[in-house]
Amino acid sequence: MIKTDILIIGAGPTGLFTVFEAGLLKLKCHLIDALPQAGGQCSEIYPKKPIYDIPAYPEILAGDLTDKLLEQCQQFEPGFTLGERAETIEKQEDGTFIVTTNKGTKHAAPVVAIAGGLGSFEPRKPLIHNISDFEDKGVEYIIKDPEIYRDKKVVIAGGGDSALDWSIFLSDVASEVTLIHRRNEFRGHLDSVEKVQELKNSGKINLITPAEVVGIVGDQKVKAVVVKQAQHIEKEFELNCDHFIPLFGLSPKLGPIANWGLEIEKNAIKVNNALDYQTNIPGIYAIGDVNTYPGKLKLILCGFHEATLMCQSAYQIINPGKRFVLKYTTVSGVDGFDGTRKEAPKAVVKAIK
Amino acid sequence: MEDLDVNITIIDRAGVEHQIAAPTDMAMNLMEVVRSYELAEEGTIGVCGGMAMCASCQCYVLSETDLPEMQDDEEAMLSEAFDVKDNSRLGCQIQITAEMEGLVVELAPES
Repeated sequence: MIKTDILIIGAGPTGLFTVFEAGLLKLKCHLIDALPQAGGQCSEIYPKKPIYDIPAYPEILAGDLTDKLLEQCQQFEPGFTLGERAETIEKQEDGTFIVTTNKGTKHAAPVVAIAGGLGSFEPRKPLIHNISDFEDKGVEYIIKDPEIYRDKKVVIAGGGDSALDWSIFLSDVASEVTLIHRRNEFRGHLDSVEKVQELKNSGKINLITPAEVVGIVGDQKVKAVVVKQAQHIEKEFELNCDHFIPLFGLSPKLGPIANWGLEIEKNAIKVNNALDYQTNIPGIYAIGDVNTYPGKLKLILCGFHEATLMCQSAYQIINPGKRFVLKYTTVSGVDGFDGTRKEAPKAVVKAIK
Repeated sequence: MEDLDVNITIIDRAGVEHQIAAPTDMAMNLMEVVRSYELAEEGTIGVCGGMAMCASCQCYVLSETDLPEMQDDEEAMLSEAFDVKDNSRLGCQIQITAEMEGLVVELAPES
């Protein structure tokens, strides 16, 4: 059981900034995220795109914003459960919550802050009639352990960065890698596209374009995929393989959180915006893009504000009746849980003669 | 005051037809028009915010309206999307202009 003060669901910008604000109040945080890395949409959808409305940053790349937020909260030693989706929540008799992930990891905390953005990212599954029969029997939508592909025949479908990057990576692991894409052009970093070209030329990656996987053949396990190729004349053929990995990106779904008994409106969680962004269940807050209230704006900077107010309210739940006053970091400095201390340099007192 | 709206028809995912007035002076794109009229459930359209990176605003163009040509990123995204037809476009890449009077589009299914 992982124990913490504030359990944050979602490691996007709002969740990460919560760690910092909570840390100033000496509250520890742990974050759960369905994605294998922190940053949420900023890392998953648009890491190389600029953002122009982060205060004091005239321009910052979404990926760099994630790095800066991680750096800023690092001294408060947040814990992470990544690559797992928060599935269920139970309230204990003592008022604490236990949140269990899809992999069975349990987390206990007196306060839960849902900073889940648009929801957890789920892989987009291609419309192949029998694909669900082969899930985890040779069809994988996300690569978790590349070692399972060692010396196997692998077919990857998709035309974006993940399809390119995994084709490159697996060309050294698998016995055979075939990349199938609906057109000849790939949408990815130039380096990756060039690398795939190189590997194709040296015979380490088979490239089939423009083509599509339209069926899966096998008995209990993937044995081949049916490929429909549309170059000059249309033809269909079977391609033997042990694994088929469709990589068509991820799309966010509110998912299990929708069944936690929270008031939902327009795919978002209703909160009390007059006070502290608490939901209809005391002790559970919703901050950032995942919440809604009159006048709500889904902006990163609004998430930061909501996180800050939410932490003040969480402090009262965790330390009932305790006296507390707002401090400015410039005045009080920042004491990390890792023993570090940041503080403003003392003014130099020197006489002028 | 000069009328800066164009009349367009949007068929939502349930097949319901909506005749709406879309402003040409607010730098809005078709995806944003759909959202402003709440013709698709919040969170199921414009997921990436309009960067041609998610295809949640895919629609089928049913009228003969002249639309701006597709750019590389839109074409690339559509090549990875599902339920794509010859008349598929991404709503976020279609800026509303006066030339779009009479446009008829149908929203593609959610995927």
